[in-house]
Amino acid sequence: MTPMPGAVLFRLAWRNLWRNYRRTIIMLAAITLGVWAMLFMTAVMRGMVDDMVQTAVRSLPGHVQIHHPEYRDDPSIANSMPPPDQMLLDALAQAGVVAWAGRVRVPAVITSERDTRGTTLVGIDPEAETGLSFVSDDIVEGRFLGSPDDKGLVVGRKMIDDLETRLGRRVVVMSQDPDNEIVDRGFRIVGVYEANLENLEEAFVFTGRRYAQSMLNMDESISEIAVLGKSYRDVSDLSHLKQLEGSAREVLPWYELDAYLGTMLSTMDGFVLVWIIVVFLTLSFGLVNTLVMAVFERIREIGLMQALGMRPSMILIQVLLETFLLLAVGLAAGNLLAVVSVAALSDGIDLSIVSEAMQWMGVADVLYPALEIRDLVTTNVVVIVLGLLAGLSPAWRASRYQPVEALTKV
Amino acid sequence: MRVDNITLSLAWRNLWRHPRRTWLTVGAMVFSNILLVFMISLQFGMYRVMYDNSLSLITGHLQVQAEGYIDEPRMRSTVPAAGGLANALRQAMPANNVAVRAMAFALVSSAERSLGVQVVGVQPSYEPDVSNLPGLVKQGRFLKASDERAAVIGSSLSRNLKVGLGDELTLFGSGRDGSFAAGIANVVGIFESGSNDIDRSFMQIPLTEFQEVFFMGDQGHSIVVMTPDLFELEPAMSTIRSIVDADGLVVHDWDELQPGLRQSVQADMASAWFMYAVLIVLVAFSVLNTQLMSVLDRTREFGIVMALGLAPIRLGRLVFLETGIMAGLGLLLGVAAGSAVVSWFGFHGFTYPGLEEMSARFNLPGRIYPSASFASLIWGPSVVFLACLAAAIYPAAKLLRLQPVAAMRAA
Repeated sequence: MTPMPGAVLFRLAWRNLWRNYRRTIIMLAAITLGVWAMLFMTAVMRGMVDDMVQTAVRSLPGHVQIHHPEYRDDPSIANSMPPPDQMLLDALAQAGVVAWAGRVRVPAVITSERDTRGTTLVGIDPEAETGLSFVSDDIVEGRFLGSPDDKGLVVGRKMIDDLETRLGRRVVVMSQDPDNEIVDRGFRIVGVYEANLENLEEAFVFTGRRYAQSMLNMDESISEIAVLGKSYRDVSDLSHLKQLEGSAREVLPWYELDAYLGTMLSTMDGFVLVWIIVVFLTLSFGLVNTLVMAVFERIREIGLMQALGMRPSMILIQVLLETFLLLAVGLAAGNLLAVVSVAALSDGIDLSIVSEAMQWMGVADVLYPALEIRDLVTTNVVVIVLGLLAGLSPAWRASRYQPVEALTKV
Repeated sequence: MRVDNITLSLAWRNLWRHPRRTWLTVGAMVFSNILLVFMISLQFGMYRVMYDNSLSLITGHLQVQAEGYIDEPRMRSTVPAAGGLANALRQAMPANNVAVRAMAFALVSSAERSLGVQVVGVQPSYEPDVSNLPGLVKQGRFLKASDERAAVIGSSLSRNLKVGLGDELTLFGSGRDGSFAAGIANVVGIFESGSNDIDRSFMQIPLTEFQEVFFMGDQGHSIVVMTPDLFELEPAMSTIRSIVDADGLVVHDWDELQPGLRQSVQADMASAWFMYAVLIVLVAFSVLNTQLMSVLDRTREFGIVMALGLAPIRLGRLVFLETGIMAGLGLLLGVAAGSAVVSWFGFHGFTYPGLEEMSARFNLPGRIYPSASFASLIWGPSVVFLACLAAAIYPAAKLLRLQPVAAMRAA
């Protein structure tokens, strides 16, 4: 006996699917909605985490950061490090490093005639910071710093409001030098920046690196080196920097620097999978039901086919093929709907009604859903694999009918 | 809906003509009900902890402040005669806890380090009633009313300043009038709140000391009130308003003081309800499919009974009744199994990898205990129940248009 050709089997499965078109359409609608929900929800969550990470990475750390091993727990001037030596400079010149900048970064107190605030004084090389951190792009008033020797101070919008001062006025910045002598110096505010999170506007004030070094009596020492790679998702291009780690310096990728974000990103993968499976399980009851009914209706027909010599394995394959077609059509529609709805929201979802909450979580109040290829793949694979598993039981039953018994069934 | 015994037993028997189909449909309901009961109870449990933790650490339920202080916390926006006002409030509302605070930013120096720190002046005898920070002192003790030149600081701050109990700190800042302010304090206690921001940048000293160092006289920046119930603030607020009649003073509730909190809960609820809605609609589809099939299967049978004189409306009722029985089964089994799951996790707590690291940022524990209440148990399953009944409308409506003769001829 020759096995049934694939084309015939396929056509049979396809036609069977449409014999009871109402049932198939309802099931397809359910699968489509389920797949859309899997993808859409995932895209929204991904968009949110993306934004969190990017905001955090731009708010100074970079993708990989090099600093004194003690600096993280105690970000004080005592834990600064010498400027990069030749070995480090060579490593930073390698491909994979898109940009890097050395900075002085110490806790400080800033005082105007009116008020006092705590902040972080950051001494930067203005040119190196371009593209690396947010400040250079986000100046809304005045100017950005011109050189490492710039004596001006760039502060955040919120900070300038807190201090009741304005562009061009003088403020005093206090900190300590390596011998714990209090040092203070008057600065003129030359620029004001805005950030998408309000607390960033209070967190940092910027001046020229060399000017900060002279104020703090720290010679050429710096607090940290921030390194930018191609993408925050994959910092393996920067792994050669890790080899330079030693007793005097620590090299950390952003996800170790900010455990919260790092965990968030990995938890998100788990969450996506759980969500997909939960939606699928809810769907699966209906799916199995549909298949059981489809097989039940055709008992006589199946018996007849068997009596005419169709092998049980072919019947199993045919029902599975029917399951597959049902899933495939539903998946196609669901994927399409998700792509269209995410594209329609490419201008972002406005979350300003809960903007305070968003600030709290470190997210801007416009959310851009991000549909990622790997999530599309995961969703489709999970649905097909679990769907075929669900179809196995009705298919198995269909192939086990005794022809005579099935034929005589009313 | 009037239901006689015959319709009821018919409906019941019809359901068990296809036991597999019925159980699969009920299974979908039970599955989603268990999920809903568990998730909603978990949410309730989490929100409660969120509210408690974020409000009882610092914010309190209500605060009396100078107008405008909430947006621009300036040294000179003060509450005059704060101590006396707090006493008056305590007498008027004995069920509430009241304490005065004053806040300033100062450069704090130890022998080795200097850091910018938020300095808070508190009333040592009343502060423990409005905040749980005093209870979180892990080394030494909290401030006492008799203390002079004493300070309690956070654990990270003590590490960064390289100081321990008994060490001396100096404070530099600006006073209320903008003049230079300086003071000395000895560390008597070190707290560990779990929130890195607070542990790194917070220092408490006695209010009287604060007023002296920062030239505050008898003024404070806020009067913190802890009420018996954070969702029943109106009585306390109106009492406070009647006592605090001075110009330029306002009462803020916690929602104004910490606007992110309620919104976080709302944002979380919104995304949760999106997920629930998807699950519920999927279950409804499953019911729609089952009931439509069961109606179509019986077209001939229905044709015959109609030809015998049965009103179509009674058949529609029958279909609704069948759906109702299934949905009822789903509800009962779902709530029962869901409650079991909730009580298990209510006892053992629920966690997943990464939760602890993430909650630490919001000062939340790494384990959530779902909180079961009548509402949290019944809310989700009831919506599922209604959605299932709604799904039966289309199959039932089909019956109303059934022509007996055509139906009897149907294959």
